[in-house]
Amino acid sequence: MVPIPRACRLVGLYGRRSYSTAPSPSTRLNLPIDYKSTPLLHHTPSSLANSLNLPPSSTSKSMNLYTAINAALRTALSKSDKVMLFGEDVAFGGVFRCSMDLQTEFGSERVFNTPLTEQGIIGFAIGAAAEGMKPVAEIQFADYVFPAFDQIVNEAAKFRYREGATGGNAGGLVIRMPCGAVGHGALYHSQSPEALFAHIPGLQVVIPRSPSQAKGLLLASIFESKNPVVFMEPKVLYRAAVEHVPSEYYTIPLNKAEVIKPGNDVTIISYGQPLYLCSAAIAAAEKNLGASVELIDLRTIYPWDRQTVLDSVNKTGRAIVVHESMVNFGVGAEVAATIQTGAFLRLEAPVQRVAGWSTHTGLTYEKLILPDVTRIYDAIKRTLEY
Amino acid sequence: MTPLIYLPGRVRSAHAVRCSLLKSPLQHPFRSSYPLSLHKRWSTSLSQRPGSDRVRFPGAVNSKFTTEMAFINPMDKPGIPTYRVMDSDGVLIDKSRSELSVSNEEALAWYRNMLTVSIMDVIMFEAQRQGRLSFYMVSAGEEGISVGSAAALTPDDVVFAQYRETGVFQQRGFALKNFMSQLFANANDNGRGRNMPVHYGCEYPKTHTISSTLATQIPQASGAAYALKLQALQNPDTPPRIVACYFGEGAASEGDFHAGLNIAATRSCPVVFICRNNGYAISTPTLEQYRGDGIASRGVGYGIDTIRVDGNDIFAVYEAMKAARTLALSQGGKPVLIEAMSYRVSHHSTSDDSFAYRARVEVEDWKRRDNPIIRLRKWLENEGIWNEDMERQARESIRKEVLREFGEAERAKKPAIRFAFEDVYDEVTEEAREQMKELRRILEEYPEEYDLRSFEGGVKGLDS
Repeated sequence: MVPIPRACRLVGLYGRRSYSTAPSPSTRLNLPIDYKSTPLLHHTPSSLANSLNLPPSSTSKSMNLYTAINAALRTALSKSDKVMLFGEDVAFGGVFRCSMDLQTEFGSERVFNTPLTEQGIIGFAIGAAAEGMKPVAEIQFADYVFPAFDQIVNEAAKFRYREGATGGNAGGLVIRMPCGAVGHGALYHSQSPEALFAHIPGLQVVIPRSPSQAKGLLLASIFESKNPVVFMEPKVLYRAAVEHVPSEYYTIPLNKAEVIKPGNDVTIISYGQPLYLCSAAIAAAEKNLGASVELIDLRTIYPWDRQTVLDSVNKTGRAIVVHESMVNFGVGAEVAATIQTGAFLRLEAPVQRVAGWSTHTGLTYEKLILPDVTRIYDAIKRTLEY
Repeated sequence: MTPLIYLPGRVRSAHAVRCSLLKSPLQHPFRSSYPLSLHKRWSTSLSQRPGSDRVRFPGAVNSKFTTEMAFINPMDKPGIPTYRVMDSDGVLIDKSRSELSVSNEEALAWYRNMLTVSIMDVIMFEAQRQGRLSFYMVSAGEEGISVGSAAALTPDDVVFAQYRETGVFQQRGFALKNFMSQLFANANDNGRGRNMPVHYGCEYPKTHTISSTLATQIPQASGAAYALKLQALQNPDTPPRIVACYFGEGAASEGDFHAGLNIAATRSCPVVFICRNNGYAISTPTLEQYRGDGIASRGVGYGIDTIRVDGNDIFAVYEAMKAARTLALSQGGKPVLIEAMSYRVSHHSTSDDSFAYRARVEVEDWKRRDNPIIRLRKWLENEGIWNEDMERQARESIRKEVLREFGEAERAKKPAIRFAFEDVYDEVTEEAREQMKELRRILEEYPEEYDLRSFEGGVKGLDS
């Protein structure tokens, strides 16, 4: 059952610890994520202040992800009359309640429904941004962003570059879209197309992991980024992830990854909802294998914080990348290649990618297709044993 | 771009233009309330009163019942008429109409602008044939649409164009030096040498840089117009502005046309869409492009005020555009569609030989019989303000000027090579800086492989 380590790989690691003799996990790995106890969420205000470097005076409120997005949008609409919010069914509060009450508060001129046309929504948003507004356009599901792909790739991303000396740009643009699996979304309510956008120079691609992260990253996307931002919201967290969120205006830098949990033996790089799976797998691995695992949240998928990742892997010598979208040509490919170049002499095992299989998210097969705690646990084990 | 704004008949500074607009006694168009009747009409859809001759279906609240089952056959309807002011001899057709609202100076300026575009077109087309330019697109036959419509705009209006609107740039004050710098992608090019020729762009009067992707500018124009409307509402001191959006009849088949017009109508955007219907999209004739009554008939379907005009008649184009601009700024903002009919006398581009798909005789016929330049020239001659001598002198001086700027632009240095990496983001990313460093290493290690003499600063052009 337990593979015998190859002798040549017994350097250092196995001299100190004996993972090979570690028992199989005594408790089941693939249990539902308990968001009420996960260490990734700020269940009390005290841990929040430390992690976000907030002023001590800051007050906070317990919120789930959609209320945090709603709070961020409310803050943004109050802060600047350049901010506009629109998309399909935004006016009544949105199909995920993210824009609840905002039209009542800020008027139908700034918060409104558009006709059902994704290419229209993004084209409209680019035009508004080009005239100096800060449009926050919503695509109802990331799965439906493809009609707008031309506008995003050929227009939004290239606007500043082609305008050159005229100074024209679409930098005020933010495109929000719910993404990721929810257990029953099948082919068209589950996708995570971040890798497609990360291949496009000119775009910033951001995915938050929690309510407090979402508010800070969304406000930074609207007010601090001068580039078009694709802001992807893991919809499974809209109601599930609850934590303390600062009430005031604050931002989280878009060019920084975050080391969520320090460790010495292996680095796991992930983003969005799979971070919770990683956290559960790490807890089991640390308990069963005695390993020390470092967990990094990329937060910004592109342009990404390569230094934080390389610093970590240069320390641990081992790396695993985890994401929901399929493995081939995914974000993991770029991260793994960068690690190979930037930490070659320190690598003690191949970089592993734990990601969706190269297929579509067939309804009844979701649990088998997407990465889960078991697969991440297994990757940790095999990476350590290599 | 010079700070001077070229206005028909006179030259004024941008500042003067802004001030005069500010002092305008006209009430701000967006101050008027949202069209109340429209709001009322669509805000409720209670089902049916007993005995009513119609059901208030939410999707069509003004439709009566009928017991006659009749499909609407578009062929039964007469085609939308084409508005024209003067005939092909340059004579005003309707003797009873009020006088033209165009001064002689304005008409002369338009004529000169059309002539400039046409002369530049011939020289640059030839230059491409000689291999001195990578690509070119002429606007022969369509100078009247672009010059005439742009003449009805203010410098504060915003333009989104397709690519065959050189006359819009010319009329808005884009200088020959700007055209040539863009065509030769030199260091003076607004686009920093990044775009193909004819992809002009201008900061003020704001005429957004052209992108090759067809029709993408249409929903953008709607969004831009909505932004102008919001800004006018938020700051009443803002001069009333519209967006003008140009595209060809082929581009109107793209999904973005549908998206852009529909969203402009539902959001009441002050935007004028100008379709240049020149009969061809590269090789595709309109019979293979659509089966309805051109593009104009679609405007009506979107609930947009629409007109079809004779694109070879610059007065008709100007008058329609002027009225469209006023209409766009009325009732809290609304979109307008103008379909300007013309004929693409030229090849699609320098990469196209149009005689492969249409008869030479057809083209020659259009060239000879009807043309916006000749038509305005006849009008000017009828008015006694133009003659053969003036024509010869004008052609000669424009030609000389074009050739002078041509030579200077061709000799000018290309932009510094760092511009290949800049403006992707507002700041050069750390990743791009590393790639610039790597490029420098390659350039320095293999200097014989790369000729950087034409770029400003050579390899040092990578320094910021």
